[in-house]
Amino acid sequence: MANDPISQFNISKLLQLDVGGYDISFTNSSLFMVATVAASAAFLIFTTSGRGLIPTRLQSISEMLYEFVAGLLRDSAGSEGMKFFPIVFSLFTFILVANLLGMFPYFFTVTSHIIVTAALAFGVIGMVIVYGFYKNGLGFLKLFVPSGVPGVLIPVVVLIEVISFLSRPISLSVRLFANVLAGHITLKVFAGFVVSLSGLGLGGVIGAILPLAFAVALTGLEFLVAFLQAYVFAILTCMYINDAIHPSH
Amino acid sequence: MASTNTEVGVEAGAKAPFPPFQTETFASQLLWLALTFGLFYVLMAKVALPRISSILEVRSDRIAQDLDEANRLKDESDAAIAAYEQELAEAKSRAHAIAQEARDKSKAELDATRAGVEADLASKIADAETRIASIKKKAMSEVGTIAEDTASSIVSELFSGKVTKAEIASAVSSVKG
Repeated sequence: MANDPISQFNISKLLQLDVGGYDISFTNSSLFMVATVAASAAFLIFTTSGRGLIPTRLQSISEMLYEFVAGLLRDSAGSEGMKFFPIVFSLFTFILVANLLGMFPYFFTVTSHIIVTAALAFGVIGMVIVYGFYKNGLGFLKLFVPSGVPGVLIPVVVLIEVISFLSRPISLSVRLFANVLAGHITLKVFAGFVVSLSGLGLGGVIGAILPLAFAVALTGLEFLVAFLQAYVFAILTCMYINDAIHPSH
Repeated sequence: MASTNTEVGVEAGAKAPFPPFQTETFASQLLWLALTFGLFYVLMAKVALPRISSILEVRSDRIAQDLDEANRLKDESDAAIAAYEQELAEAKSRAHAIAQEARDKSKAELDATRAGVEADLASKIADAETRIASIKKKAMSEVGTIAEDTASSIVSELFSGKVTKAEIASAVSSVKG
C-alpha cells in the first residue's frame, strides 16, 4: 500500500447502507464531507459568537474569509449578484477546507473524486441557467449572441458560444478534480521514491535526498493549489452568475 | 486518465478500476455531498453569514458614528477657537481704546492744569507787579516827606536856627526834580 499512489483515493465503506437498490453507505468520503462541514461551520460559528466590535484573531479570519468572497462576488457580478453570496461562500469554503483537510497524511480528499466536483459544477451551472431564464426570460439566450458581430458570422459565433457554455460545467469540475488528483498522486510518488530508495542502503539514502526535497516543495505547492483551485472555482461561479444577471455583455 | 487507469490495474494486480471512476460509489457520494453541503449551506446562510455581516455592519456604523462625532467635536473646537480669537481681538482693540482714552484724558487734564497754573501765575505776577508799582509809587511819595524830615532835622542840627518848613519843602522838591 505504501508505494501505491492510487490507494489513497479508494473509497471504503464505514457503515453499509442500502436503500431501494442504491448503495448509500457512509464511507470515508462521507466522513470527510462531514468533517469538512463540521470543521468549517464550527470555526465560522464559534469564532464569531463573541460578535466582538474589536475582533479576536480567529474572528478576523472568519471576517477576512467573508470579505474576501464578498469582494470576489461584488467585483464580478456587482451588488445584484450578492443574493448568491451564501452559495458562493459555501462553495469556496467547502472546497477550500476539503482540499486543506486532504493535505493531512492518511486523510481522504473529498474533491479528488470527479463525481463530487461534477455535482458542484453542474449545480452551479443549473442554478445559473434557472436564474438566467427566471430573471431575463428568453433574453437569457442573448448570452449566446455577442453584440457587434456581423450577421454572416452569427451562426458560427452562436455555435461556438453554445459549445463553450456547455463545456463550462465539465471544465469547472475537471479542473478541480484533476488538479487535486494529480497533486496528490505526484506527492505520493515522490514520497514513495524516498521510502523505496532509502531501503537500498547508504547510496539509496543519499539518492533519496532529491525526491525528499521535491516532496517538501510539492507539499508547499499543493497548499497553494488547494487554495487556488477553491479560488478559481469560486471566481468562475461568480462570472457565470454575472452572465445570468447580465446576459447581454 | 485512461492510461493511469490501466497502470493502476496492472500495479494493483486487480480488476478494480481507478477509484474516482468506480460508478458504484457515485450514489453514496452524491447523497452524502447533498446532505453535508446542504447542511453547510443552511448553516452559512442562516447563521454564520448573517452574523458576520451584522458584526461588520455594526463595526462600520460604529466607525462612521465615531468619525461623525470626531468631526462634530472638531467643528466645535474650531468654533471655540474662532470665538476666542474674536474675543481676543475685541479685547485688544478695547484695551487700545481705553489706553488711548486714558492718554487723551490725562493729556487734556495736564494741559488744563498747566493752563490754570500759568494763568494763576500770570495773574499773581500781574498782582505783584501792580503791588510793586503802588508800593514804589507810595514809597516815592513818602521819600519826599522823609527827606523833608531828615533835611529839617539836619538843618536844625546844623543851623540850630529855625528854617521854615516851607523852605525845606521847596528845597526837597527842587532836588527831587
